[in-house]
Amino acid sequence: MTTTAGLLIRRVPAAWRRVVRIGALGALGQVFISLSGMPVRLDVREIVVPILSLGYLVVLAAPLVVGVLLGRRPEHSGFLANPPSNRDLVIGATTGGLMAGGGLSILALLLAGFDLRDPLINWSPQLLEFLSFGRGTGAGFIVWLVIGAGLGMVGGTLRLATSRTQKVIMTMALTVVAAAILESLVVDLVEGVKLEALVEWMYAPRGGVTLLGAAVLAIVSGVLSFVGQGRIKTVQARVQAMEGPKRTRVNLTLIAGVGVVMILLPLLVGKLTNELLANVGLFVLLALGLNVVVGLAGILDLGYVAFFAVGSYSTAVLTAATSPRIAPELPWFVALILVIFIAILVGLFIGAPVIRMRGDYLAIVTLGFGEIIRLLFLSDWLSGWFGGSQGITAIDGVDVFGLLTVDGTNPRRVFYLVLFFCAIAIYISWRLERSRLGRAWMAVREDEPVAEAMGINTVNVKLMAFVVGAVLGSFGGAIFVAKVGSVFPTSFLILVSIIILVVVIFGGMGNIFGVIAGAVVLIGVLGGPKQPGLLVEFSEFKLLIYGALLVWMMLARPEGLIPSARRSRELHQEEFLQDAWLRGEIDTDESNDPQTAGPTQTTDSDGGP
Amino acid sequence: MNESHPLLEMRSVNAHYGAVHALKDVDLAIYPGELVCLLGGNASGKSTTLKTLLGMLIPTSGEVLLDGEVVTERPISYRVKKGVTMVPENRRLFKRLSVKDNLELGAYLRKDTDHINADMERVFELFPRVKERLSQKAGTLSGGEQQMVAIGRALMAGPRVLLMDEPSMGLAPALVQQNFELIQQIHEAGMTVFMVEQNANMALSIADRGWVLQTGRVVLDDTAEKLLAHPDLRTSYLGGKES
Repeated sequence: MTTTAGLLIRRVPAAWRRVVRIGALGALGQVFISLSGMPVRLDVREIVVPILSLGYLVVLAAPLVVGVLLGRRPEHSGFLANPPSNRDLVIGATTGGLMAGGGLSILALLLAGFDLRDPLINWSPQLLEFLSFGRGTGAGFIVWLVIGAGLGMVGGTLRLATSRTQKVIMTMALTVVAAAILESLVVDLVEGVKLEALVEWMYAPRGGVTLLGAAVLAIVSGVLSFVGQGRIKTVQARVQAMEGPKRTRVNLTLIAGVGVVMILLPLLVGKLTNELLANVGLFVLLALGLNVVVGLAGILDLGYVAFFAVGSYSTAVLTAATSPRIAPELPWFVALILVIFIAILVGLFIGAPVIRMRGDYLAIVTLGFGEIIRLLFLSDWLSGWFGGSQGITAIDGVDVFGLLTVDGTNPRRVFYLVLFFCAIAIYISWRLERSRLGRAWMAVREDEPVAEAMGINTVNVKLMAFVVGAVLGSFGGAIFVAKVGSVFPTSFLILVSIIILVVVIFGGMGNIFGVIAGAVVLIGVLGGPKQPGLLVEFSEFKLLIYGALLVWMMLARPEGLIPSARRSRELHQEEFLQDAWLRGEIDTDESNDPQTAGPTQTTDSDGGP
Repeated sequence: MNESHPLLEMRSVNAHYGAVHALKDVDLAIYPGELVCLLGGNASGKSTTLKTLLGMLIPTSGEVLLDGEVVTERPISYRVKKGVTMVPENRRLFKRLSVKDNLELGAYLRKDTDHINADMERVFELFPRVKERLSQKAGTLSGGEQQMVAIGRALMAGPRVLLMDEPSMGLAPALVQQNFELIQQIHEAGMTVFMVEQNANMALSIADRGWVLQTGRVVLDDTAEKLLAHPDLRTSYLGGKES
């Protein structure tokens, strides 16, 4: 009895320790976000007028997340603990939220009492104003406690609802936020089809969804989500169950549908949106190229920007009249053929030494090559050829058979050009994935020594991946030059490599659709290295958010947004194993077979013919 | 024993890993249709022998002959094309690829589609279960099925001699038994098999002949029965497992 009592006593604090830990993390996160200056800067962007701005959304998220986390069943060293009672759960979540909100309360007090603006540049009266809602420090102090506790409770309680209700609520919230974030896109699109009246009630004149709009959106999306749940899955399952020509027909219809939408879309939207679409497309192209290298062949290339740079500079030199040393002024499409050859050569040249290395060493060396290429273009030594830091400017756009010119002044045409090359890249990736070479890449990625033992020339195969990646990257470069009309070494910083890699990882390595989705979400919403996304206000905090997203992704969904089934299995292998082990299905000798069930084994031993 | 000339042969091979002398004047000869085994304890040079035969390692001296042709310096791909294939230790399937992909990768170097398809059918005849699992990811198969795929993958290369690296390594006893049954089965179907093993009893129970390797030197070379009957085979030569 005493031991039971002892355990009980120990267990209560464990649960509370968890509450305090998560609550404190929430509070720290809150303070960090506030002092990064994000909320104040984002306050100008309205989400729901007049009650919620993006700035407040960012800080309010923390107590809510704390509540949701505390609502989860606790886990102790890999095992799920007994779920707390509903009352305990709500109390815990509320306390956690209270702590998270309390972080801001204390910050408000400190802001009022001290001046730490010297090291912390965002320690400003504006932040105090933001945190106290302009009603004095005391009000701010109390309000954050109340809001924190309230949101914590809401977050915690959400977990008590059925999963269906949870999904409906999530859909409603996400729809409203998405509608606000996508505002410029939606408005642009609606203007394109001449239906302005339809959304005038939805968006406030100075941006943000109106209360009425939010309510309508929430109700509509809620109803749709309630009714639609399960149906999408059924349809998916039905399509997946189809075989042969029927499946092909469905796929072809889908592809044709997407194609038609992509062709019509630019006609309906304005210049800015087309510019955005073109940027997203450019990164889709680059990410597809890197996906061949990283996703299919498993070579972690951190210097992919090198190929982008080579494609850009060689296009510039070959097409521009202003090229410093040689200026053949070739038409863009003719130049492109030469650019492909140059990319292949550079791919082989960089690949040959790099490919013999493995893992970390390879990654570091590719990182080095990425920088070397940029520094070569920047160097005085080659400035006679590439203009050094002055770059090459005044480059003409793409002349399409003398009919029209594609350049930066007409983003719609640029988008069509990008779309064309994206289609090529998608087709190449798709075909390669199913080819003999694609299989060899996957074999090398899976188990290089065994691939070698099977007679696959791993060096050649990996070089091929590098070359294909280089060619696709150089396409990106050629389009980039036509679009911006100039090249400078500063366009090819390491950051570009990293962002392309993040797009690939975020979307789902080795999956064409994942990569596209990754580019649309990251580049479209947050923006690329220099290109603004839909959330222009975020651009200052882009890297912070990229980093946070990547960390979160690695923890929660390492297989990416849209994973390939293959990838997902690998990354969750441990969990499969653990689950199977818990079910008593694995004996220790078989620990490398995730799904070996006890009974199957016995049938196996006499199952041979 | 077959009196024709050997299919795969090693003549006084020496191999080094840096300063370590891994193989010392090793002579081996594998004749067509044989099932032979190379026994040895840890660090006796078994894997090195296998690597040398397949071409993953070039010996410092001596010769490797495939069907009478000197292939000592030839790359792996050449030997695979000429009929030497390895089943790696622990199966090592490409777990996240489908069974079909695995089998097709086995035939990577071949381009004769008709023969490949015929070989695929032959694998299905040997292991009907593999056919049922064709579109499944190899990693989701049971241990026994994975073994069939591993052997099937090797057979897809159209080999004349199969090199098996430690077929009993890291397996549950029931699976070891089954694996040896599979080996016997393909041997009876006419395949020449060379296996490297630590599990002497198991290997010798199905093998025709065997060698015992100790610190890189062949110390025993005899028929399976005689080796089995050898009084201190295990205590003196195989790393004293019983002591």
